[in-house]
Amino acid sequence: MAARDIHGVEAPWEEFRIVGKSHRKIDGVSKATGEAVYADDILLPGMLHAKTLRSPHAHARILSIDTSRALALPGVHAVITGADLSIQYGVIPWTPDETALATEKVRFIGDEVAAVAAVDEDTANAALELIDVEYEELHAFLDPRESLERDAPQIHASRKENNVSKHVELDFGDVDGAQESADLVVEGSYRFHGSTHAAIEPHCAVARVAADGVLTLWSSTQISHYVHRALARVLEWEPQRIRVIQPCLGGAFGGKSDPFSLEFCVAKLAQLTGRPVKMLWTREEVFYAHRGRHPMELDYTTSATKDGKITSVDARILIDGGSYSSFGLVTTYYSGQLLSGPYDFPAYRFDSTRVFTNKPPCGPKRGHGSVQPRFAFECQLDEVAEQLGLDPIEIRRKNFHGEHTKTVNGQRITSSGFMECLDKVERGSDWTERRGKLPRGRGLGVAGSMYISGTNYPIYPNEMPQAGIQLKVDRSGLVTVFSGANDIGQGSSSVVRYIVAEELGMDHEDVRVIAADSDLCPVDLGAYSSRVTFMVGNATIDAARKLRAKIVTAVAEKWEVEERRVRLIEGRAIDLEDPEQVLTTREAFELAEARFDTLGSTGSYNTPTLGGDYRGGSIGASPAYSFTAHVVEVDVDEETGRITVPKVWCAHDCGRALNPRLVAGQIEGSVYMGIAEALLEEHKVNRFGLHSGPSLLDYRLPTAIDTPDIETFIVESIDPEGPYGAKEAGEGPLHSAIPALANAIHDAVGIRLRELPFTPAKVLAALREKREREREAGGGAATAMESQGGLG
Amino acid sequence: MRVLTLDVNGDQQETAAPDHWTLLEVLRYRLGLTGSKQGCDKGDCGACTVLVDGKPVLSCLTLSAEAQGCSVQTIEGLRPAHLKRSEALEGTATGGIDPVQDAFDRCGALQCGFCQPGMMLSARALLDRTPNPSREEIQKALSGNLCRCTGYTQIIEAVETAVAESFGADAPRPSWVEDREHLREETL
Ligand code: FES
Ligand code: FES
Repeated sequence: MAARDIHGVEAPWEEFRIVGKSHRKIDGVSKATGEAVYADDILLPGMLHAKTLRSPHAHARILSIDTSRALALPGVHAVITGADLSIQYGVIPWTPDETALATEKVRFIGDEVAAVAAVDEDTANAALELIDVEYEELHAFLDPRESLERDAPQIHASRKENNVSKHVELDFGDVDGAQESADLVVEGSYRFHGSTHAAIEPHCAVARVAADGVLTLWSSTQISHYVHRALARVLEWEPQRIRVIQPCLGGAFGGKSDPFSLEFCVAKLAQLTGRPVKMLWTREEVFYAHRGRHPMELDYTTSATKDGKITSVDARILIDGGSYSSFGLVTTYYSGQLLSGPYDFPAYRFDSTRVFTNKPPCGPKRGHGSVQPRFAFECQLDEVAEQLGLDPIEIRRKNFHGEHTKTVNGQRITSSGFMECLDKVERGSDWTERRGKLPRGRGLGVAGSMYISGTNYPIYPNEMPQAGIQLKVDRSGLVTVFSGANDIGQGSSSVVRYIVAEELGMDHEDVRVIAADSDLCPVDLGAYSSRVTFMVGNATIDAARKLRAKIVTAVAEKWEVEERRVRLIEGRAIDLEDPEQVLTTREAFELAEARFDTLGSTGSYNTPTLGGDYRGGSIGASPAYSFTAHVVEVDVDEETGRITVPKVWCAHDCGRALNPRLVAGQIEGSVYMGIAEALLEEHKVNRFGLHSGPSLLDYRLPTAIDTPDIETFIVESIDPEGPYGAKEAGEGPLHSAIPALANAIHDAVGIRLRELPFTPAKVLAALREKREREREAGGGAATAMESQGGLG
Repeated sequence: MRVLTLDVNGDQQETAAPDHWTLLEVLRYRLGLTGSKQGCDKGDCGACTVLVDGKPVLSCLTLSAEAQGCSVQTIEGLRPAHLKRSEALEGTATGGIDPVQDAFDRCGALQCGFCQPGMMLSARALLDRTPNPSREEIQKALSGNLCRCTGYTQIIEAVETAVAESFGADAPRPSWVEDREHLREETL
């Protein structure tokens, strides 16, 4: 068992000097000036360009591939197919069902079939046209219901002989009994559509095999370590002969957290040609690569007492996984496991099934697996409140599970600032004054949520640390940090810098960070599940404290004083009792190096043993949970069905905000992304399985004009185990934006939209249905009430 | 293949590229100016925005030959151009970057940063023609540049900060800043 240290939440030297302040990011200036190097900015001498041939069929057997004409094209250096990279992989070691290029079958339109390396992209593209593939088409599954019911043909040959990717059924407490004895039972069916990450940087990878036989891969990945492992497996190379480097990354949001076909292809092509090889996917290809939000069909039943106490939640979820497993095992667990807060309910049951379909594979998108159930449940909670005549914020307060508690499914909750989140959005939106009194078509809605700060499930079972940090001290006064963490724009390298500077009392600009280079940096598992600040932060404190102890000892010995008198602060070492004794950081480093030899240290973090005592109980078990509340204001045009969101208030409990500006940026980005997928975006295929619009225009990314005004509040509950009390901020604040919007629509015009996205057509249909219902019920009265705006 | 003479960031550059290559390709893969980004290659994202004769242009939709005889400014040229305009800032912590770049950095707008070269050039072009734009004018001027990270909030704040500071006024204060100060007062 690796060591786990709790470092305490206090400042190392009485008062925080750097942490808690909005310093510049470590890479801000280089990004501002265009100096930052992203994967496609890497240009190596003699570099070849690679392109991928993709399947035109949603489901087909490959009868033959003939690459001879392509190989004969001048300028083509190599062509590879599934036969060259036939070993299966998958980010989850239990479900390796992908190959870099299709071996026997293709499973969606866009599935990778062959790759070409040529002197330039044009030649590579021309060569793709010359690859002859013979397919035998198979029945394509496009509807997850069909995949559930029909076993043949199988999309993946599996022991279970059906098209189910994963099934999880868990039961806590007496759900049936609770439903029977409840004062109110609300049932509903919800549908969550697919959406994709659409990071502005397309996937890109560059590989070089040097003459010494070392393969270097530069890739736009958010999980270097798993890519490293997967490369070793698929290429059958010893991992110590592979170096994986993540250059500056242009956005990820979960969309770069699987090993991707292009990473294996460039490596193989570089090996075969002896030349560096680059592959840059087009925007269209990025849409096929997908790994985005799983569409889900969700049936929820919630029971409550008449004073609004939730007594049970019962969920049945069908998950459309697309064509491969990806993180699907985890997705299926997360769809149930992460709903058990911030509310306390004594009985909970979920039955989640992920099926394969012949569509681009789904995976983790910001708020992995838990955004969809959160939408369904928070909408249902709003209905419970409505039917009991309770204020929607009040019912959330009433059911709050408190701090330092355990959820119904056995997850340990430490800090929680959820109540403060509710207070903030209530006050910010002027809820009490304005709700129910807005003009017709305008409304306010609320929702709450909870998310993990990392998980103690390390993807592949091992007892090594989940996060590691190494510090190297230079006599010049510079500290270099080697961090395994993938900085994907969220600022993990900046956070590491702030922590080291705080601990060593230095100017933060004298701390440089080298990150995500497997030759240089200790392993970190990657930027997923909101684990980085929490885990890497703790590892950094660990490493810095070990170093600090040496420096303090060396200085104290020199001054012949007790160590407690030595303080490292603002680039100096000072004696608390003798103002005459002062050294610069540089001098202190020199003393320590003289005393202890070459100076450095390492630090690590591992989670404590967490989770419920049942199969899957550790999936979704996190050392700390973040909490969020949203109020959304909405404007519904009853003529056109168009929804606009003028304003969103979001309060997020991230524990201690190590850099509040970066936290605010994460919150705002999350709110934007949630509202965007609820109103505009949809990742779907047509009846042939062809993507309906694989471009940023057709996919309808919101612009600066379409994005609501966001009012952000940072709540700091100070977690006992987080680095200085910090928790996550990057994913939690997306969740409740969507149900808060749905609840606001109900407040505005009295319709409950249970199917995402909320398009004008759906709004108009629901309004029509509502009018009909009212007419049938004898009409006049309801309409009169409604026109007073009294719908809450 | 075509020989091209381009004026990029004030330098006359001669290079050669296939006829169908766009300005973006020539900038990135011939001249090594990789600050201009490719997010879609079809005019949808704005990451490739450069200034041609001071106006924001999508370099992925501009044939390189069309840019001959014009002055092209990329993100790499923003700081030198600024340094040439003002002597005052040299030697500061950020080496005298353009106030737009500086404000983007300070306001946290540079998350992944991939959209930002284009975004900052659009902002610079806006401020050159409208030194004191309204919120709506800023949103409109930036609406051709997609950002997936920030929700645009800190970008708009950055532009407003650059504007305010150019007039010696106070930068805008987002809600979370106000909120934290209020809290601090309460607890003191
Ligand atoms: S790359 Fe030019 S608009 Fe996207
Ligand atoms: S900062 Fe990442 S896309 Fe704008």
